[in-house]
Amino acid sequence: MTDLSLSNKAIAGNTAPPAEARSLRLPTQWLGVTPFFVFAVMFLILPTLYLMLGAFQNEAGEFTFANIVALFSANIVAAYWISIKVSLASSLIGAFAGLAIAIAIVRGGLPNWIRSATLTFSGVASNFAGVPLAFAFIATLGRLGLVTVLLNTLVGLNLYAHGFNLLSFWGLTITYVYFQIPLMVVIIVPAIDGLKREWGEAAATLGATQAQYWRMVVIPVLWPSFLGTVILLFANAFGAIATAYALTGSSLNIVPILLYAQIRGDVLHNAHLGYAIAFGMIFITGLANIFYIWFRTRSERWLK
Amino acid sequence: MKSGRFWAWFVFLLGAAYFFIPLIATIEFSLRMRRGVYSFDAYKVVLGDSQFQATFMFSVIVAVFTILLGVLIVVPTAYWIRLRLPQLRPIVEFVTLLPLVIPAIVIVFGYIRMYGSNSPLPFLGSNLGANALLVIGYAALALPYMYRAVDTGLRTIDVRTLTEAAQILGAGWGTIIARVILPNVLIAVLSGAFLTFAIVIGEFTMASLLNRPAFGPYLQNLVANRAYEPAALSIIAFIITWGCMSLIQILSRFAPKSANRPN
Amino acid sequence: MAEPFLSIQHVRKSFGATTVVEDFNLDVAPGEFVSFLGPSGCGKTTVLRMVAGFEEPSAGKIVVGGKDITRLKPNQRNVGMVFQAYALFPNLTVAQNIAFGLKVGGMPKPDADRRVAEMLDMIKLPQMADRYPYQLSGGQQQRIALARAIAPKPKLLLLDEPLSALDAKVRVSLREEIRSIQKKLGITTIFVTHDQEEALSISDRIAVMYGGRAEQVGTPFEIYNRPATKFVANFVGTLNVLEGKVTDAASGKVQVNSQEVSLKGKLNGSKSGDTLSLALRPEAISLGRQPGHDASLSGEIAEVHFLGSVIRVRVGIGGNTVSLDTFNNSTTPPPVVGDKADISFSSGDMLVLH
Repeated sequence: MTDLSLSNKAIAGNTAPPAEARSLRLPTQWLGVTPFFVFAVMFLILPTLYLMLGAFQNEAGEFTFANIVALFSANIVAAYWISIKVSLASSLIGAFAGLAIAIAIVRGGLPNWIRSATLTFSGVASNFAGVPLAFAFIATLGRLGLVTVLLNTLVGLNLYAHGFNLLSFWGLTITYVYFQIPLMVVIIVPAIDGLKREWGEAAATLGATQAQYWRMVVIPVLWPSFLGTVILLFANAFGAIATAYALTGSSLNIVPILLYAQIRGDVLHNAHLGYAIAFGMIFITGLANIFYIWFRTRSERWLK
Repeated sequence: MKSGRFWAWFVFLLGAAYFFIPLIATIEFSLRMRRGVYSFDAYKVVLGDSQFQATFMFSVIVAVFTILLGVLIVVPTAYWIRLRLPQLRPIVEFVTLLPLVIPAIVIVFGYIRMYGSNSPLPFLGSNLGANALLVIGYAALALPYMYRAVDTGLRTIDVRTLTEAAQILGAGWGTIIARVILPNVLIAVLSGAFLTFAIVIGEFTMASLLNRPAFGPYLQNLVANRAYEPAALSIIAFIITWGCMSLIQILSRFAPKSANRPN
Repeated sequence: MAEPFLSIQHVRKSFGATTVVEDFNLDVAPGEFVSFLGPSGCGKTTVLRMVAGFEEPSAGKIVVGGKDITRLKPNQRNVGMVFQAYALFPNLTVAQNIAFGLKVGGMPKPDADRRVAEMLDMIKLPQMADRYPYQLSGGQQQRIALARAIAPKPKLLLLDEPLSALDAKVRVSLREEIRSIQKKLGITTIFVTHDQEEALSISDRIAVMYGGRAEQVGTPFEIYNRPATKFVANFVGTLNVLEGKVTDAASGKVQVNSQEVSLKGKLNGSKSGDTLSLALRPEAISLGRQPGHDASLSGEIAEVHFLGSVIRVRVGIGGNTVSLDTFNNSTTPPPVVGDKADISFSSGDMLVLH
């Protein structure tokens, strides 16, 4: 018991233990987490910092904004723009569709097996990305895809004659949604489960309509998890490359593919511009997260 | 209420259609290799391809090492954070979430520049080093999932009490971790492991940029050059992912229900 | 009874093949406090939920203030409800929670603010207005929930095991507070509980429920002292049950362990030779022969438990064991196990269980 309280004090650090005890205790305390932090610094933080600093240096290692300025060339801006559009569209569509499905399986009065089957499937589909996913959509909505062909022969609707192309903004978005929706379902179902039935009943006895209950309680309660997931989906799509690369080769100019080409072959003929592109990617996903954190601390004081 | 159920079915069936049609289309396509009849030819060709076997084995081995590395990093850390350094929890959680914010392509780009053959730590100077770097990169990618799984597992067993009980009974640290903590979080660790496996097995970006002969780049190459085999491989990849997730589900039924805490 | 305010008539509720509530009838007078008491699964919560409108009765009707509300939606019924798990909205402050019903009812903000302040004074938590639910203790949360339910001036107050999640001390003080607020406002109240002490202490009347039916409806005094059925007798209070054999039905003579007891005229319907279950409350029994007690039995002290102010003694009489309580008295030591002892009671207190 005394030993326990002693070590608690050492942890809290507000009463100084004898110098000897301190020098003995602290290193062993920290030893447990050292491998983790060494790993994180060496293989997550330093490589990222290296690129971030490189973005502000020229070939001679001098400080410069030239790389950042160069990001604003038409080609690169277009790549960022289409990446942001695809990520935003796929995360918003994925988020709302995922929310609708989650509500349907949790609150819609569907049989119980549908709920567990959907959750298992969502676990699978949220990890089903990259080449196999791309190919599944080529087989579905490609020029010779099943749906394309069926629509043409059965209904006489030629998707491609109407301007649809799988290798485009909408094609990529509709493909990304395949892993975005299930990710939303997996994350938001526990949050919806957290909505107590009694809240709805309390609201009803107090005279609230279903709409009032949703506006005043359900949406505010779900909002933080929902928004947090949207940010996660956004980052998820923004950094994704394998799916897009398999789908479009390098014909669709999105940022990760541009960066991929730059790493492979220095297509921009400027190594530090590559760093700047990486910096730009982190800047955007980081910005999204900072916005989320700011929003959450500002508006959600009721969260513990 | 009645209309609510109608909409629930409507939404569910719409979603099911969106998710199943591509799978059906891919299966249908994968069976069309022989002209005029459905056959499993594409699967036979793929599974018989020596390059498939080699790259798949490579990725499986990398996945196994990734899981080992992940467990070694995550389990002691999560345990120690729960037991002795709870004040570090926010920092550790923040770090474990970084791979969700920093795209994989950026991380691997950093590796290439920092650990190239001319650097002080020339991972990329040798094949073994490059393989190690791939394992490390995958461990970083899987960090958020592994940490979440293990931390959840630890939360249900009340680590502190278990450790103190073991200490009172005279157990040393090695015994405590190996005989008390690990068996109790084994299920959680395995869940994290299968999730890691699902992420790693078909990963493309890192493997491709580190020039590793992994399954992901092989798939990519196949899509560009063949018609029916990629469909068969997509189905195989889907089944592997499905298998991993099902194992996690089955395992979760064996997870220890917390005995000493409500909920 | 005068014109009932709430009238539950022939209400039945089935879920598929199982019937949870069967032909339930109850009239509640304006301002009355009625408890539904019973073990879990007895249908008490289902009846309450039908009154609230969360379940639709399979048959029968529910009338409030002369108006049939059986098919009304919960949000059209103007009832207030308090739940076991508090069910405060976590994203709203205490004041916003209390104001919820006023806001959705369209009350102008200044009026609502005044009403909220009034409610906070009533529950003696005026300083908590800007807190969030997670910052409050269970007892505080439940008082806020009560204030929230009362704020829109509902016609009926429904309390669904509101004290079950609280610890013992808070439970007692809050139940007294609920009762005093209810009396002050004169609001007709239904209170669901499985705790007999709670029901006895708080209610004007109690409906003891079992198997989806009301076994007995009556004042706490009636329920406790004149239980109508075996179930009520067993469920409410502690009870000693003795097996007896009728020796003379006409004069009310019964044999317990070959000792005769006379139960004047309480054997309605029994014949000589029948066996009967006879019940006695511990507090109706005295150790030794007491003046005024017209019946007695002899036995042997089996157990003695010293509980402080009270000594609980168990006396073995043949195959039966009878518990009784005596007050502690510093000059008389407690009885000793193994001693012979007589017990006496008034034959009027002996209950014949059917």
